[in-house]
Parts: sequence; C-alpha cells; structure tokens
Amino acid sequence: MAARTAAVVLGVLVLVAPAFLLSGYNLFQLTMVAAYAVAILGLAIVTGYTGQVSLGHGAFYAIGAYVTAILMTDFALPYWATLPIAGVICAGVGFAIGFPALRLTGPYLALVTFALAVAVPQMLRAKALEAWTGGVQGIVVTAPDAPAGLRLSQDQFLYLFTLAVALLLFGLARNMLRGRMWRAMVAIRDQPLAAEAAGIDVARVKTRAFAVSALFTGVAGSLGALAVQFVAPDSFSAELSIALFVGLVVGGAGSLPGAVIGAAFVQFVPNIAQQVDKSAPGVVYGMLLVAALYFMPAGVAGALRNGLRGPAPRRSAATKSTTKPQGGTIHVE
Amino acid sequence: MLNRRTLLTAAAATVAAPAIIARAEDMPGVTATEIKIGNTNPHSGPASAYGAIANADAAYFRMVNDQGGINGRRINFISYDDGYSPPRTVQQTRRLVEQDGVAFIFNGLGTPCQTAVHAYMNSHKIPQLFVATGADKWGDYAHFPWTMGWQPSYRTEAAIYGKYLLKAKPDAKVAVLYQNDDFGKDYLIGLKDGLGEHYGKMVIKEVSYETTDPTIDSQAVTLQGTGADVLVTAATPKWAAQTIRKIAELNWHPLHFMTNVSVSVGAVLKPAGEANATGLITGAYQKDATDPQWANDAGMKEWLAFMRKYMPGADITDNNHTYGFGVSMTMAQVLKQCGPDLSRANIMKQAASLKDLEIPVLLPGIRVNTSSTNFHPIRAMQLQRWSGKGWVLFGEVISA
Repeated sequence: MAARTAAVVLGVLVLVAPAFLLSGYNLFQLTMVAAYAVAILGLAIVTGYTGQVSLGHGAFYAIGAYVTAILMTDFALPYWATLPIAGVICAGVGFAIGFPALRLTGPYLALVTFALAVAVPQMLRAKALEAWTGGVQGIVVTAPDAPAGLRLSQDQFLYLFTLAVALLLFGLARNMLRGRMWRAMVAIRDQPLAAEAAGIDVARVKTRAFAVSALFTGVAGSLGALAVQFVAPDSFSAELSIALFVGLVVGGAGSLPGAVIGAAFVQFVPNIAQQVDKSAPGVVYGMLLVAALYFMPAGVAGALRNGLRGPAPRRSAATKSTTKPQGGTIHVE
Repeated sequence: MLNRRTLLTAAAATVAAPAIIARAEDMPGVTATEIKIGNTNPHSGPASAYGAIANADAAYFRMVNDQGGINGRRINFISYDDGYSPPRTVQQTRRLVEQDGVAFIFNGLGTPCQTAVHAYMNSHKIPQLFVATGADKWGDYAHFPWTMGWQPSYRTEAAIYGKYLLKAKPDAKVAVLYQNDDFGKDYLIGLKDGLGEHYGKMVIKEVSYETTDPTIDSQAVTLQGTGADVLVTAATPKWAAQTIRKIAELNWHPLHFMTNVSVSVGAVLKPAGEANATGLITGAYQKDATDPQWANDAGMKEWLAFMRKYMPGADITDNNHTYGFGVSMTMAQVLKQCGPDLSRANIMKQAASLKDLEIPVLLPGIRVNTSSTNFHPIRAMQLQRWSGKGWVLFGEVISA
C-alpha cells in the first residue's frame, strides 16, 4: 500500500515537473498532449472498449471548444465553469446521435459518425449560428492567467490546469472501467449476441458509452480552446477526427496509457515528419504510421506490455466478430 | 517604483535611443551574420496550393543571400507547415518565436490562421508582417501596432470601384450583391468609402445571399427589377459564376464589377460561360504571369530570370509565385532600411516607412506606401475588363 502511494506521488511529481523545467512553447505542446489525451480517452471508451468505430469525435471536440469560447465571450462565464457545461452539452449531443446511430455497426456506424465530422465545421459557419460562432472568423478566447497569489506564468498555469482536469477524467474513466459498465461494454465488443443473451441491454449500454465518450472529448475540446485561445471552423476539419482515431489505434485502442501515447503521436509526429522531409510530410507520416501498426499491432501500450513481437499475429477464430473493427489490434487488459 | 526620476530617465533614454547602436540582446533573432525570419503556410492539406507562396519567399531570400545578404547579414528563412489549421498555426508560430528565436514572422497565410496568433504577436510585441490575406483588419494600426497586411484589402478594392463610378458614371444606379459574411460586408464598407456622400443616392439596392443558398437566381431577378445599370458582386467563385450566367440569361447587361477573389478563368469564367462574362470588370494590382502584354516587360523579365534560376521547374503561370516575389522584395527593402538596428521596434518602424517602393511584378504606377497611420501597403489598383478571351487593363491606376 505504501509502495503504491509512493508510486502515485512520484507519478504526479513527474507530471508536474515539466511546468517548472520547460519553456512556454514546449509547455504549450504538453498542454495540447494532455487535451488530446482526454479526447482520445473519450474515443477509447466507445471504440476501444465498446468496439464501435467512431470517425466523428472531432465534432465533439469542436462543440466543446465552441461552448467554452461562446460562454466565455458572450456570457462572461469564468473559464473553469465552462468545462462541465461543455461536457454536459456534448454528452447530450452524443446521446442524441448515439441513439439512432448505434443501431448501426461496423463500417456503417463509422460512416455515419464521419458524416458528423464533415458536417460540424460547415454548421459552425452557418448564418443562423453566426451571432454566436462568429462564422468563418471564429472567436478569440482570452486565456486565463494564474489566480492571484500563484506565481505562475500563463503557460505554466494552463499546463497545470489541463493536467489536473486530465488526471481527474482519467481517474473517473479508470473507476468506471472497472465496474459493471466495463464488463458489459467489453462483452458487447467481443460477443454482442452472447452479451444480449446474457441480459445486457446492448442498445442502452452502447448509447450510454457514446454519451460518456462525447462528454470526455467535449471537455478535451474546451481545454484545447483555452490552450490555443482561438476557435474557428478551420480548426476542426474532418482531419481532426481522423487524427484522434489514428492516435487511438497507435497508442493502443483499449488502454488508458495508450490514450496518452496516442496523443503524443498526434501532437509530435507531424512535426517530426516535416523535419524528415519538408516536401512530402504526409508520406513520412504515413510510413511512420504503417511501421507503428506493423510492429506494434496492439498499439504502443500493447507493445510495452507484451514486448515487441513483430508483425500482427494471425487472428484467431474467436476474435473474428462482426462488431470488432480492428481484428487483432484491439487489446484488452 | 515609478517616480518622477525613473520617468525622466526613461524619457531621456527614449530621446537618446536612435543615437545608440542597438545591442545584440535588443535584437532577438539577429546575429552579426544572420537574420532569422519565421513563416507559417499550408504546405500540406486542402489549401496546399498556397504553399507556392512560401516556396517563392524562400527562393527570393536564397537569391538575396547569393547577392551578399542584407547589410552583410544573410537571411535564414524558416517556413513551417500549418495545414491551414489555426491550432497548428499557434503551435508553429510559438515554435518559431520561442524555440527557433526568429526576429519576426513574415507573410503568414490565411485569415483564420493569422487571426489565431494576432493577439499573441501583439502582446509579445513581435512584428507580424505582410500577412497573406485580404481581410481589412490587418491594417488596424491603432489596436494591433505589430501587424501589417500587404495586398489591397477587399475594402480597398470596393472603394476603388466606388471612385471609378463617381468619375466615369456619376449618374449610375448601383445594385450590390454580396455574400452575407465579413468578406461580403467589407465590400459594402469599401463602396461607402469610395462613393462617400453619394452612396445613399447611387446605391439603390443591396441584396445578400447565404453560402447555404443553392442558387442566387431570385437575388438576380430582384436586382434586375430595380432597374439598376451597375452591379457590384462580392461573391465567392461558385456564386460568382452563377451570377454571371444568370444575368446573361435574364438578358440584363449592367456594368458588372466582380470581386477579384472570383475572376479565375478556370474556376469562374469557364463555368459561367466565357462569352457571358464579356464586359466583366475587376481590379488588379499584379502583372498576370500569363498575360502576353508583359512578354517584354523589364519587371516580368526580372521575375522570370529569378524563377529560372531559383525555382527551376516551378509553374511560371502560377501567380502565387509573382506574389511571393513581390512581398519578399518588400520585406527585403524593410530590412535594408533598418540598417544596423534590427530591433523589433525598428523593423516595425521601417515597415511603416515605405515610400513609393516600386516592385517589378506590380502593375505600372502601383507602388508600396506605408506610414505610421497607413498599414495597408498597397492601396491602388487598375481596372481590367474581360474581353471574352482575356483580361484587358484599361484606365488609370486608382488609389483608394
């Protein structure tokens, strides 16, 4: 028990340390990693654990970001108060969309959610909402300074604030994923028919998982908006949804640490790709992605757990269920 | 403690400052042999065609370095990809400023992208020079003294149409069709600038459309019904093409001014029907790389020689390359004017002190001028008319 407490304290120290060791730009990057990690955690709940592929989580990220921006500029709410509101609104939207959409499975659900990712940036430009969203011009968000008395720079404070929210949400997810909900979700992912036969209300669990997932990703959007200090439709193109999905798979679809690793991939690898070859960063990015998936089929988190074991093993018959999107690549703790 | 003495000392220092040669610590991004300049541009993604501009900027500074640099310093131009995504613009701009330690940011592209770093650059007092976007807000020297645009803004363009109308057709009955957003509304403001007190009398109808409208047919019919003989259209390419086609179908032939956002032959005039567009008028400020009249022009020859040597294989019909050449030359002039004092304050001061700078790729008579109260470097255009086959310049250069 004492060893565990020590480990937790040490872990928190390691996470807090960058605030006092790194400069503004690097801290900003870590703040974005924390925000993306929460977004990918949200996606992991619905895709990693429940096995429902969503290519539309960028839409929830966008809605969360806009809720924070609008509440802060038009309603003069303090930044911290906008986070729970963004989460609740996103959960509501997630529930409303999840209700019909989750009756679909596999590629059909992926396409419906992708449609959401494509539609949201255009809806943000819509005239009817322009009074709030600012149309194509977007909204400039005034980021919070550290509370008086704390001798912290804005970057330090934003990093620590984002980190605290992220730790809270990861803790919540960890607790949730230990209980009945988690067993029901995994059962649905692995054997939907058996799950139903065992008395699990499949539609209800899926819809709830989708709502919780949207909540997490929405709060991540709020955190991202505070860090970037600006929201505009161009910030949330369909590519964002794809990037979150890539982060999820690379990190390891069914693991909490995987969400953090995936977020780091999303944040850092495009820059690395650009440094390798300026004229075709997309090619380098693609090659790194293929290599990651080839050598670490269960994601980085899976590889760390099992050691590098080379190319993806052949799928066993038991894992070939229709609702399982990535075959052998999703790994369960 | 801010007391009278420190105030006096500060005042004395300000007065004495020009006489003191700036020390290295006052000049971030500058060493005895180098000036580091940052840039963000969509090198990847859907807007990556604009990447040509940053490539031309980089090529121009290579040429400057080959010719010995500026006042003995070579230019180190760093351009990062932001994929036209504002969060990535923030990230890359901060990387340039805080990690690479650039002296300033030059020619960052995209209205939303540059808006995302507008406050950051100004609160840190770092020049955000010659941004590559047409919005009017980059000339707001009172609120954003560290930011400056380059090309004529939409508002400037509309003011020029207004000025031309006052002179050439003072009895005109003007109808305006505009996209209902900041882009479209900039044209209304500009027309008011140009027509002044005559706006209320001359403009008889303003009609807007939404980008969600499938067609502008009803707007065109409404405008024709007003009996207007001049139409000013501030529409993005898809609706511009529809407008040109529809008014031809209605057999309505007003003097038609079209925003220069929507005058591409491939994207607007061909879909609208090149014959339908005959007589269409727009404003221009650059020499068109495909226009045969510049075949023997000294300025365009200079540009072509640059292209052959520093961008071999690049598309010489792409006007992004003339744009990059022109804006980089403006930047080089600012740095030359700075002399030995390459502090951020002096770079900004010199950017606001350009006098009648001639740029070879700009139309004859259009010069770059700035001052402490003019952060719109190019405020003049010449009108051109679509002949059915090509754009033909006419009349004089008009200043807003």
